[in-house]
Amino acid sequence: MSEPATETLSVIVEREIAYAPEKIWRALTQPHLIAEWLMNNDFQPVMDHRFNLRGDWGAVDCQVTAVEPNKTLAYTWAAMGLESVVTWTLTPTSTGTHLRMEQSGFRPDQQQAYQGAKFGWRKFFAGIERVVGGLS
Amino acid sequence: MLFRTLADPTRRALFERLCREGEQTVGALTAQSGVSQPAVSKHLGVLRQAGLVRDRHEGRQTHYSAQLGALAPLIDWTSQMAGFWQSRFDHLEDLLKRMDQ
Repeated sequence: MSEPATETLSVIVEREIAYAPEKIWRALTQPHLIAEWLMNNDFQPVMDHRFNLRGDWGAVDCQVTAVEPNKTLAYTWAAMGLESVVTWTLTPTSTGTHLRMEQSGFRPDQQQAYQGAKFGWRKFFAGIERVVGGLS
Repeated sequence: MLFRTLADPTRRALFERLCREGEQTVGALTAQSGVSQPAVSKHLGVLRQAGLVRDRHEGRQTHYSAQLGALAPLIDWTSQMAGFWQSRFDHLEDLLKRMDQ
C-alpha cells in the first residue's frame, strides 16, 4: 500500500475454530462451499483470478492477490464504492485453527468525502453521489 | 437504507441544502427545489424516516434540519462490515460442522 497508514481503516475478525486448516481452506476456496457461507461466486484459488461474489443486493468485484494453500488467502473487494482487500490467515493450534480475517482499505474518494464532511459539503456530496450511483 | 434514501437526486439535493444552509422551512425548500410542495414534503418524510433530518413545528411552519450523525455509517464502513463478517464466520462454522472430514 502506498497510502499512509492514517488513511487506512481495517475490520478484523478472529476466531478459534475446532477444525484443521486444511478443512477450513476447502471452505474458503471451493466455490460450492463458499456459496454456503458467503455468497454465490466464480472463485478460483489462482493468483490474479478475477471473480464476483453475488448477493441479492448486488455484486462484489474481486481479484485474488495471494494464495498460500492452508495458510493465506487474499483478494480485493470492491463494492458500494468501497475499495478494500480481504486477507485470510490460518494458523494451526493444538485444538484446531486460529482463523483471522482482515478487511482493510479506505478509498481515496471516501477519504475525500470524509474530509469534505469536515471542511466542505461539495466534495462530501460528490462522494456520496459516487457511492449511491452504483445502486441506480 | 441510507444509500437508498440518498440515491434519489431530488432528495439528495434537499438534504445537501439542509447541510449547507442549516434549518429551513418547507416553503423555503420548495421555492428552490423545482418540484411541488407536496413532493418536497414527501421527500422530507423519507429523509426523516431514515433519521437524516429532524422536523420542528413553529406556528404553522415546519422547519427541517439535517442530522449529521446519521451519516456516520457512510463515513465509517468498518462498523457495517464488522457485523457482516461476524455473521459470515457463524455461517462458516456451521458449514464446517456439516462438511465431511
